[in-house]
Amino acid sequence: MLTEQKVQELEQAARELRVDILKMLHQSQSGHTGGSLSAIDIMAVLFFHQMKHDASCPDWSERDRFVLSKGHAAPALYACLARAGYFPKEDLATLRQLGSHLQGHPDMRKTPGVEVCTGSLGQGLSQAVGLAMANKVAGRTSRVFALLGDGELQEGQIWEAVMSAAHYQLSNLCIVVDCNGLQIDGFTEDVMNVGPVAAKFAAFNMHVIEADGHDIDSLGQAFAAAEVSERPVVIVAKTIKGKGVSIFENKAKYHGLAPSDEELQVSLQVLGAL
Amino acid sequence: MKSLALCAKGVNRASWVNRLKVMLLQILPAYDCGLAKQKANNAMIATRDAYGKALLELGRQNPKIVALDADLSGSTKTAQFAKEFPERFFNAGIAEANMVGMAAGLAAGGMIPFASTFAVFAAGRAFEQIRQSLAYPRLNVKVVATHGGITVGEDGGSHQSIEDLAIMRSLPNMTVLCPADGPETAAAIRAAAAFEGPVYIRLGRGKVPVVFPEDCSFEIGKGVTLREGKDVTLIGTGLMTAMALEAADELAGKGIDARVLHIGSIKPLDEDLVLKAARETGAIITAEEHSVVGGLGGAVCECLAEGCPTPVERVGMRDVFGQSGPADKLLEYYGLTADKLVEAAERILQRKVR
Repeated sequence: MLTEQKVQELEQAARELRVDILKMLHQSQSGHTGGSLSAIDIMAVLFFHQMKHDASCPDWSERDRFVLSKGHAAPALYACLARAGYFPKEDLATLRQLGSHLQGHPDMRKTPGVEVCTGSLGQGLSQAVGLAMANKVAGRTSRVFALLGDGELQEGQIWEAVMSAAHYQLSNLCIVVDCNGLQIDGFTEDVMNVGPVAAKFAAFNMHVIEADGHDIDSLGQAFAAAEVSERPVVIVAKTIKGKGVSIFENKAKYHGLAPSDEELQVSLQVLGAL
Repeated sequence: MKSLALCAKGVNRASWVNRLKVMLLQILPAYDCGLAKQKANNAMIATRDAYGKALLELGRQNPKIVALDADLSGSTKTAQFAKEFPERFFNAGIAEANMVGMAAGLAAGGMIPFASTFAVFAAGRAFEQIRQSLAYPRLNVKVVATHGGITVGEDGGSHQSIEDLAIMRSLPNMTVLCPADGPETAAAIRAAAAFEGPVYIRLGRGKVPVVFPEDCSFEIGKGVTLREGKDVTLIGTGLMTAMALEAADELAGKGIDARVLHIGSIKPLDEDLVLKAARETGAIITAEEHSVVGGLGGAVCECLAEGCPTPVERVGMRDVFGQSGPADKLLEYYGLTADKLVEAAERILQRKVR
């Protein structure tokens, strides 16, 4: 159970992470706004509460591993890694620039703290399954967390991977689905309906937990339940694309659009960063 | 004496025993001819069988070796490993994309995964997973693809990979191997396990003649001179290397002195060895159980075009898919025989710059 103080602390962290995300996207004028903002509360709880990791020792063998299968939300990951101390916060301004270690999509060979290369949707979860298998083979008790988008569930490979997670009883794997209901071409239910999401995962023999993806307490409880589950877990987190600043919220347009000068100013005001 | 010295230098990854054999081969070509025939008759090993044994042996030596398969473990021969090390074997079921992704995760988690299925599914179905999850991050996964080429036979063109070497060779960070026989396969598997990074190893279904000694070694990026010669060079890979040796014998009977190189490492290619052969013999024949587009023939032509423009004849699948039939009949139908290599050599000598 998260204390009230911890909840407030994480809420404040998420607000500041949103500011970092929007600033870096504005600076690069390229990148994915909507999906970074929908995922950031989930990632704030993971990086600053749930996961055991140590920025001063990124290769610590007993660390929990985070796989951003929806790799286009890289700005959210970079904001968390910088805040955790994996690299200086100033680096965020180099997002997507030539020579930067902050690639458009996460690159394990370039960015400290990034566990695998993702970006081509559907592939991160298989790698997370492999990491969970490696933990079992090596006798490590550490856990693997994979964050997926709901649009990403349209990739067939996701279901191959889910089948494997259940088949090999990878209780050390926790999948979170950031269900913001939008993808580039529009609402997921219009483009290619992925629902009912929870029932599909349940039918694949996963332990399904539903949560409010923007409610720190709800997420904290979901992760606590996942930790003691004897089966691999899927947390179906209901989210809002672009969450935090109303101009970006629930609009497919901001899937891959960076904020303008004016939009950044409005955002900073809303987030109390001016 | 000059050719002897050259010969010994060329065999840069064989044991001293092998070197001696190659030297003997130079002095006594008739002796080798008999030996080759004897080997062809008696010692026939499928490269996939050699893989199964080598993988099992590696598994016994190193607890980090894990294996994955996609419902073909009996055919790819990972089943022996699975039986002895069930906790280190992961069957992905009929899901090659996920198999490659899981292998990537296992490698990121410190293991040395060997992932196997048929070549057509590994390089074809799982191409983008190999690209994004293995090659791009340079993860330490060995994709061992069996049933490469047309000698898959009766299953037909849908199952005969004639493009896998070309596809895999196009990926940055990838190492692409295509051993000639059983002993070299075992050595290549050991070399791949010792090498840090993604490796694609193409193996075959059927039994092939043994070319290399049991104790041969394998060096990634190095080719082997199996026979010295000054008139033309036959460069083989996979099972076509044995055919190249046979063709060289036939050519010797016609008074044509053919050099034979084996390229087990398609990428990196031993460019020095290829360029040396081009400079010294002035004519190159490539031989592969693969499309002439982008595989060994493609790699050799790229190397020669930049380093030593030389007449080349590429023997392989002429930009066509295969079909059902017994393996030996298919090889004959598509012109992948020693006789066709002899014809190619005779043709190329007509246009060789003298």
